[in-house]
Amino acid sequence: MINSLFLISHSGDIFLEKHWKSVISRSVCDYFLEAKEKAGDPENVAPVLQTPHHYLISIYRGKLFFLSVTQTEVPPLFVIEFLHRVADTFQDYFGDCSEVVIKENTVTVYELLEEMLDNGFPLATESNVLKEMIRPPTILRSVVNTLTGGSNVGGTLPTGQLSNVPWRRAGVKYTNNEAYFDVIEEIDAILDKSGTTVFAEIQGVVEACVKLTGMPDLTLSFMNPRLLDDVSFHPCVRFKRWESERVLSFIPPDGNFRLMSYHVSSQNLVAIPVYVKQNISFLETGSCGRLDITIGPKQTMGKSVENLTVTIPMPKSVLSVNLTATQGTYTFDLTTKVVLWDVGKLNPQKLPNLRGSISIQTGSPKPEENPSINIGLQIQQLAISAGLKVSRLDMYGEKYKPFKGVKYVTKAGKFQVRT
Amino acid sequence: MTTMQRLLQLPVNAVNIVKTVQSQVQGHEEDKSPVLSPDSGQQTWYSALQPDELRHLRSGGTGGGGGGGGGGGGGGDQEERGSQEDGGGGGSFQSQPLRHDDLKEMLDSNKDSLKLEAMKRIVAMIARGKNASDLFPAVVKNVACKNIEVKKLVYVYLVRYAEEQQDLALLSISTFQRGLKDPNQLIRASALRVLSSIRVTIIVPIMMLAIKEAASDMSPYVRKTAAHAIPKLYSLDPEQKDQLIEVIEKLLADKTTLVAGSVVMAFEEVCPERIDLIHKNYRKLCNLLIDVEEWGQVVIINMLTRYARTQFLNPNINESLLEEGGGADKTFYGSDEDEDEDEEEKEKKAEAAAMAKRKPYVMDPDHRLLLRNTKPLLQSRNAAVVMAVAQLYFHLAPKAEVGVIAKALVRLLRSHSEVQYVVLQNVATMTIKRRGMFEPYLKSFYIRSTDPTQIKILKLEVLTNLANETNISTILREFQTYIKSMDKDFVAATIQAIGRCATNIGEVRDTCLNGLVQLLSNRDELVVAESVVVIKKLLQMQPEKHSDIIKHMAKLTDNIQVPMARASILWLIGEYCEHVPKIAPDVLRKMAKSFTNEEDIVKLQILNLAAKLYLTNSKQTKLLTQYVLNLAKYDQNYDIRDRARFIRQLIVPTEKSGALSKYAKKLFLALKPAPVLESPFKDRDHFQLGSLSHLLNAKAGGYQELPDWPESAPDPSVRNVEVPEWTKCSSREKRKEKKVEKPFYSDSEGESGPTESADSESDSASGSESGSEGSGSASESEESGGVSVSEEEEEEEEEEKKTKKRELKKAVQESESEQSSEEEDRKHERKMKQQKSDSESESDEEEESESESSQSESDDSESEAEVRKKKKAAESKPPSKPAKRETTKEKKEMSLLDLDDFEPAPSPQVTPVNNLFSNSLVTDLEGLSLSEAVLLPATITPSSALKSYELLHRITGEGLSVEYCFSRQPFSPDANMVAVQMQFTNSSASDTKSLHMEDVKLQSGMRVKEFPEIELLPAGETATAVMGIDFCDSTQAANFQLCTHTRKFFVSIQPPVGELMRPVFLTENEFKKEQGQLMGMNEITEKLTLDAKCRNEHAIVQRVTTAANLSRVPCGSDKECSPPVPPPEHPVHRFAGRTVTSGSLVLVTVATREEGAAQLTINCEKMVIGTMLVKDILLALTQ
Repeated sequence: MINSLFLISHSGDIFLEKHWKSVISRSVCDYFLEAKEKAGDPENVAPVLQTPHHYLISIYRGKLFFLSVTQTEVPPLFVIEFLHRVADTFQDYFGDCSEVVIKENTVTVYELLEEMLDNGFPLATESNVLKEMIRPPTILRSVVNTLTGGSNVGGTLPTGQLSNVPWRRAGVKYTNNEAYFDVIEEIDAILDKSGTTVFAEIQGVVEACVKLTGMPDLTLSFMNPRLLDDVSFHPCVRFKRWESERVLSFIPPDGNFRLMSYHVSSQNLVAIPVYVKQNISFLETGSCGRLDITIGPKQTMGKSVENLTVTIPMPKSVLSVNLTATQGTYTFDLTTKVVLWDVGKLNPQKLPNLRGSISIQTGSPKPEENPSINIGLQIQQLAISAGLKVSRLDMYGEKYKPFKGVKYVTKAGKFQVRT
Repeated sequence: MTTMQRLLQLPVNAVNIVKTVQSQVQGHEEDKSPVLSPDSGQQTWYSALQPDELRHLRSGGTGGGGGGGGGGGGGGDQEERGSQEDGGGGGSFQSQPLRHDDLKEMLDSNKDSLKLEAMKRIVAMIARGKNASDLFPAVVKNVACKNIEVKKLVYVYLVRYAEEQQDLALLSISTFQRGLKDPNQLIRASALRVLSSIRVTIIVPIMMLAIKEAASDMSPYVRKTAAHAIPKLYSLDPEQKDQLIEVIEKLLADKTTLVAGSVVMAFEEVCPERIDLIHKNYRKLCNLLIDVEEWGQVVIINMLTRYARTQFLNPNINESLLEEGGGADKTFYGSDEDEDEDEEEKEKKAEAAAMAKRKPYVMDPDHRLLLRNTKPLLQSRNAAVVMAVAQLYFHLAPKAEVGVIAKALVRLLRSHSEVQYVVLQNVATMTIKRRGMFEPYLKSFYIRSTDPTQIKILKLEVLTNLANETNISTILREFQTYIKSMDKDFVAATIQAIGRCATNIGEVRDTCLNGLVQLLSNRDELVVAESVVVIKKLLQMQPEKHSDIIKHMAKLTDNIQVPMARASILWLIGEYCEHVPKIAPDVLRKMAKSFTNEEDIVKLQILNLAAKLYLTNSKQTKLLTQYVLNLAKYDQNYDIRDRARFIRQLIVPTEKSGALSKYAKKLFLALKPAPVLESPFKDRDHFQLGSLSHLLNAKAGGYQELPDWPESAPDPSVRNVEVPEWTKCSSREKRKEKKVEKPFYSDSEGESGPTESADSESDSASGSESGSEGSGSASESEESGGVSVSEEEEEEEEEEKKTKKRELKKAVQESESEQSSEEEDRKHERKMKQQKSDSESESDEEEESESESSQSESDDSESEAEVRKKKKAAESKPPSKPAKRETTKEKKEMSLLDLDDFEPAPSPQVTPVNNLFSNSLVTDLEGLSLSEAVLLPATITPSSALKSYELLHRITGEGLSVEYCFSRQPFSPDANMVAVQMQFTNSSASDTKSLHMEDVKLQSGMRVKEFPEIELLPAGETATAVMGIDFCDSTQAANFQLCTHTRKFFVSIQPPVGELMRPVFLTENEFKKEQGQLMGMNEITEKLTLDAKCRNEHAIVQRVTTAANLSRVPCGSDKECSPPVPPPEHPVHRFAGRTVTSGSLVLVTVATREEGAAQLTINCEKMVIGTMLVKDILLALTQ
């Protein structure tokens, strides 16, 4: 399956390599670097490349390329999904997945990779299992280890590896037993120039943070699960129960995990929380343009809109912008030509406005398309799908009474206004 | 310490200076100091790594300082300096022994912390791709180190370098051999892992032995490792294949989920052609699948897809028959385009249909088992698993069932861009074969300006594939916004996509062409060029009509510079010079002028144009042509010279010119077929979807061809399993579960049909098999509810006696022989089981499994035994239930409190939950007086079951909510209209005025009678109005705007098919007569199993009349004179109606059979209505 893995920095520096079968020379990366050069934007590098003797499958995460080399047929998604899992694991272990962090923890990274794949086939990818075998580095532990000569590597087979619930380790103990669930809904929308919705849908996830002692068996039920059109679950969820009773029944992993993600059925109309009044124009003559954006609340259901951000990727010919914001601050990135306006909290009484002029390189023609506007926002204590609500959480199998909490957040997902 | 170092550094530098001097004396080779030769390769290699290395060395040095005193610390530093110098000088091999001495020293020390530090540094070197092979002897000594982390790192090193230093690697073998016998399973497994990863040919026999031993290890983890080791050994020495297959065969029989994925992986790498090994394990793999870890699932599903292709019949074999009969799928999806499938395929289908007529297709129960067990995995969080199931359904499922995968695939589009890329590639291929599947998700493929270009282009491809007559207008509108994009590659692709839409859909060809012509005046040259090329292709289809476009393009030659576009224009003018007789010579004149400056492809087209003009209009263009040919004669490019010579000979008549010149006109002005613009994804589905080969559209190494369906199914009995007695389950708990699962067995039996009887005959031991299989899956796949297959139901009781005996036997066996590995395995499982049930509350578990089983029963219960079972379950349930409910109620309140504690109190008017609550409260209050009556199921009044639909939600409507229902009353102003009763509720704080509708958008033929304007709707009030819509017997939606004095809302009403008819009264005889006239194509029959709650007459009638506005035909009216005749055992229910607009008869017959089986027949002149109605009624009756 996966022969080798190379980690390549944004600038093209190969800083880590790992081979599971015979060593493949790192010169194989040249094909990739060439493709990267050609594509310009790292997002545009084809995830699958063919070279005379190898196939290169890569992902781009956190300014890093994870490049895997394979010689034979393998489902590309298999590799891509695995590489993302590797990146997730690094994130989980080191709190970040960047070149610096990986270089700092080379040995742990190597040990992890060694456990995650055997002969190129995934072996242990559950973070709970991995954490039992290789303990994540903490300052305290490294100090203790240098003093006592202890190690970060477990000596016995993790219990999860053998049980029917590989995601949970045995013997979990907490003094405070808590279970938190965050219902996060994201609005994906495309609005056209006039503000009419071209396309809108709601995607949600239930993120959980469960710190419970022992082997609790939880049952989570919703007020009206009929709203859910399409769901995908963490492997711990018993699918049959969901099919028959529409409740989530599961033995939770320890710690943070994504319990489920869902799509709200498309029959329901999507409430669009804000409207954008915009006027971006480039003058036919002369090298300047005008920008005027106002944002106001639309269907917020009485909640306040927070963390409002507006991102506008400008045409490449734009030299600089000279804008004034009535609220919040804006920045213009000269290399990427992106205007980022951080508005903050939306005040319905005094609508935030950004206006000013744009100057364009002299001599370049007027840009044809007006840039699209990407909105980011957050509404606390609201699930925008209007009605999805956790009705209850029951625990079986353990005696104690846990503290339970549910939080609702609505965010803008891929929320774009065309101009 | 740092000050000390600093102090020490001075002498070190001094030493360095001395050294340099020495080396200068010693020889020329070594006198290049790193500073002096910055351009040497070694040097750059060095400097890149230096800082890190230094840090390590420093820390190492200081660590070592404890042992060797202050001098040691300095020593480390000195080493580093010295080696750096040497590295700059000669070859790296000279430098390394020196540099690594300290590492060696640390490895040789007896302190684990030193060893660990050294190993960490070595591994860091390996990670950065540096050569550390010279440390091999020093490292390998530590292979038996007690510290587990050191040991692991030594393993890492060993696996990396053993191949290079085979002799030394052998030193470590004995350690691993010892490790293989260790009582700790982790050590056994990791010993095997490393042993098999050392790619040294000499140890092949040792590896073989180790694998064989591990394959029967009692720990499933070790067995899993053995499975992993198999492909390693195979790649090292392919001659071991036969022996390895034996091991694979053995491991395939393993019953733990842990091993399943790995061994199938080994199977795929070593012997994918030995499909016969799968037979016996097929059902087990299907049943285990849901509990296997994600990566194993992918491999198993892919393998099973291939397996199923060789073993089962094509489920779509009589698809064409169905289509002729009812056109079920087609009309449902509205994809008429399907018709232009290949002629060949049609012929094949016809053949197949003929075959199918002779022998109706029955799906093999094993085939069904696979489809059923993989379906839940569509909900996996792992994209690879979802894709694997999707491809399985695409390749194996009956056409009607493939649709389920669309939703899951669309979900993946929210994932990382790499995932999107792969999924879109596959969706693009699928949309060509099965467009209908993705049509409802059209908008999910809309493009955002922030998507990467490669994703945009793939989405465009999908959109183009999905385009048809009904949605083309929306798609084109979407394309219009794309054309303005800043991403020029994407714009070019959009223009091509428009071209493809135009060629595929005749209706929009002119619109597209006009749009493209407008683009010709675009400022961006690339856009213009691309449009020219596409217009050229489009014009080729019908040039006569578009001479003005050709003229327009001729003008463009002055401005447009892109060679391909110029060439295209010239070709067009030449080809259709007859349509533009005046302009063509002029264009040639201009071109002749600029000939020398043109690109080669343009020059060639100038020559072509000249030749064609010469042939049609030699008077005007003779001289020009001569001139151009002369220019070309001396061109630098030999192609152009050749072409010029060739054309001259052909067209200019001379004495010498051959016979060909007579035919010049025919040669040049022959009718050329219009190019076919088709998707690059066409026919890609001969590769297994989701595979690398499919993505690259080329066969990748090791790709296993997806075989064609067999003509006739191979013997299905090969999948029956014979299982030795000792695997019988013994514990009471398991027995209980087995009983619960009984229905599953009978379920599969019911479906099996002809194949099953063969099974039981051929296999006398299948009775015992059923038990063991049940137990196996029960213990392993509890959460899945363990769908399991068995053959003999009748022997069940007898078997239980047997089991008891075996139980005893087993107990004895257990106590004395712990050696038997499988025994161990079993024990282990039981242990796990116990652990589990300990942790879960007992009653809950039981409750759960019970409910699960009953659920799956109702899924598709067909056999008698099952129903019986079901009744039993129903009987046994009630006593336990109420008790539980009570407890849960209590809990519920408590947990709700908790939850509310956590979040701040929401303001009442905005919280959706409150909203719902209040709604239900209102209805409750309304129904208060009637509540008693409502509970009585006996009253069959279709009007009470009127379903209301939401037209406008109060949140979107800003306080105004509108619901509508089909009142089923005749609409008095116009009998051809369906009455729609609307209920307006004003829940906002202010009054709403002048409610009316506006801007009605309808499909052709449809009409609307608007409701009278509502002048005033005070806050908190409700009003009703009735409007009439003539839907023209179609389920197209009526779109209109609902206006208040302040706002407008876009709304649409889409009728369920059942509302498009009105009831008529027929007697049974009339009904039968009419039915006789609506046979053949107009009759659709469907078998179904009635829902458990819907087996009496009342329920059936009520459900049918709720689903469709039909009236019941009184049954037994022909035997009116004898009322006390007992009702027939299997009554037939008949319903009749006419469609509202055209008045076509709709006749529905529900014939019940034993135990909930029933047959639904619909006779209707309008086949579309019929097929849709079948679906709706089917749904109503089965749920």
